[in-house]
Amino acid sequence: MTGFNAYGVWAIYRFEMARALRTVWQSIVTPVITTALYFVVFGSAIGSRMTEIDGVPYGAFIVPGLIMLSLFTQSIFNASFGIYFPKFTGTIYEILSAPVGPFEIVLAYVGAAATKSAVLGLIILATAAFFVPLQILHPVWMLTFLILTATTFSLFGFIIGIWANGFEQLQMIPMLVITPLTFLGGSFYSIDMLPPVWRTITLFNPVVYLISGFRWSFYGSGDVGIVWSVAATFGFLLACLGVVWWMFKTGYRLKS
Amino acid sequence: MTTSPNAPAIVIQGLTKTYASGLQALKPVDLTIAKGEIFALLGPNGAGKTTLISIVCGIVNPTTGSVLADGYDIQTQFREARTRIGLVPQELTTDAFETVLATVTFSRGLFSRAPNPAFIEKILRDLSLWDKKDNKIMTLSGGMKRRVMIAKALSHEPEILFLDEPTAGVDVELRRDMWALVRTLRDRGVTIILTTHYIEEAEEMADRVGVILKGELILVEDKTTLMKKLGRKTLTLNLIETLEAVPAELAEWNPTLIADGHELQYEFDANAEDTGVPSLIRRMEALGIGFKDLNTRQSSLEDIFVSLVHQSSSQEKAA
Ligand SMILES: Nc1ncnc2c1ncn2[C@@H]1O[C@H](COP(=O)(O)OP(=O)(O)O)[C@@H](O)[C@H]1O
Ligand SMILES: [Mg+2]
Repeated sequence: MTGFNAYGVWAIYRFEMARALRTVWQSIVTPVITTALYFVVFGSAIGSRMTEIDGVPYGAFIVPGLIMLSLFTQSIFNASFGIYFPKFTGTIYEILSAPVGPFEIVLAYVGAAATKSAVLGLIILATAAFFVPLQILHPVWMLTFLILTATTFSLFGFIIGIWANGFEQLQMIPMLVITPLTFLGGSFYSIDMLPPVWRTITLFNPVVYLISGFRWSFYGSGDVGIVWSVAATFGFLLACLGVVWWMFKTGYRLKS
Repeated sequence: MTTSPNAPAIVIQGLTKTYASGLQALKPVDLTIAKGEIFALLGPNGAGKTTLISIVCGIVNPTTGSVLADGYDIQTQFREARTRIGLVPQELTTDAFETVLATVTFSRGLFSRAPNPAFIEKILRDLSLWDKKDNKIMTLSGGMKRRVMIAKALSHEPEILFLDEPTAGVDVELRRDMWALVRTLRDRGVTIILTTHYIEEAEEMADRVGVILKGELILVEDKTTLMKKLGRKTLTLNLIETLEAVPAELAEWNPTLIADGHELQYEFDANAEDTGVPSLIRRMEALGIGFKDLNTRQSSLEDIFVSLVHQSSSQEKAA
């Protein structure tokens, strides 16, 4: 009986997945339509006037960045909402009184959020394939980056969900931090296209490394070396795990 | 699931809670509850009942002290402890969009139990929820929602059940069902700890009563002993002729006139050496005040409780 509560993890995971299926329109259809609009605007309307970047047509070039943008925002949204909502309604009492430890709670909530956003990433990828010619040179790396990024940002969302004291705070970080960093992080351009000063500044944007690595798995080239991307991906993952570990160790904002 | 045959259901030692606000919700509490017992925690609003239960169930961290559930430490052996515990919280907090069946099935899994659809069906039928099993919880009435919360708490077959103000604001039918349920569970050997500020609930159901006031467990007693020990009785005399006022000659008994002077009431300590009853009757005879009938009534827990509250607050003033 000591040890791992697999039934408990499965119960929470299923609950979270059922929530997504109930709101399938919101969780899947909306991001797909948004992505399709990006392709219409950036891929076709603007992209036709853009030159190729690193030998990749502009429409295809932006696909990894777009998927990353969705992964970031959806992972954070799913995970933060998933843990914040029971706190808000009070149903968290049941989780707190159940024989599930921190590891199981994180595994279930973050696992469900990461699953949803990774599936969404693949759906967006499939949508993109309708609009532009795609090429994936390193499919295993592509999936690895996809899953690790979904996991990392779901952990990040989980942290936000525990920290947040209101719906405003819940939306603040994705809006104020993640979206700007993603747009300025080379989702829609190669940072080589920037003037040298801006290029150096951009290198401080952590998101650059994630997008660059993901793009490398598609087209074999990125803004920074692949080793840096892998290091950054794992670095973020470990940082988020560390914060989550600290939160549970100190009982931060979960229990009075 | 193995149980520890000799361990009491709950052992609480030196438990205190001070909230971040600085409010001390629990002064050191020591309490042992035997297996199969029905224990009522009685106290006014804000006394610390929910805090105490929440600590045992793992929802609130204790400040100091320890709790064992069936011999397992609730902090270091929380898995063993919590699988044995079921909780129906005071507040109606349920998921809105889940169905009844889904949410009860969820609870069973959460508490580390293998799926058992037949058992879940039985619980839902026992609680008159089976017809509603596919309804979303938000479509249910408040009483039905409370039934759902009970079903969730019972879904993993707990040996120790906490009911936090189970009948506060519920209709008569649910209250009756709840009492019936408590008796069935008791017959099955489940230990039940309930909080209430309805005295009749403790009186009706409990084997033992603990009275908690301002975070302090001021008294724990067998219900019957408590009633005997602190029980006061009221003597009511039906007078032949009505009285306008209590005659000065009876003032030392301090009786009261009720029913427009048709009845005289005298309250006394049933366990006292001298209850004052025979002397009162002799004095009335001497005064020529006749009565047709008389009866005595045991004070309810409510009366006991009120007198305890008074005692404790007057002690506080004195201190
Ligand atoms: N989370 C909390 N933070 C601060 N004070 C609290 C909290 N929960 C309860 N209290 C306070 O602790 C005291 C005991 O509350 P509670 O245990 O809910 O009492 P009861 O259940 O007997 O009505 C009250 O004064 C209440 O205001
Ligand atoms: Mg309470």
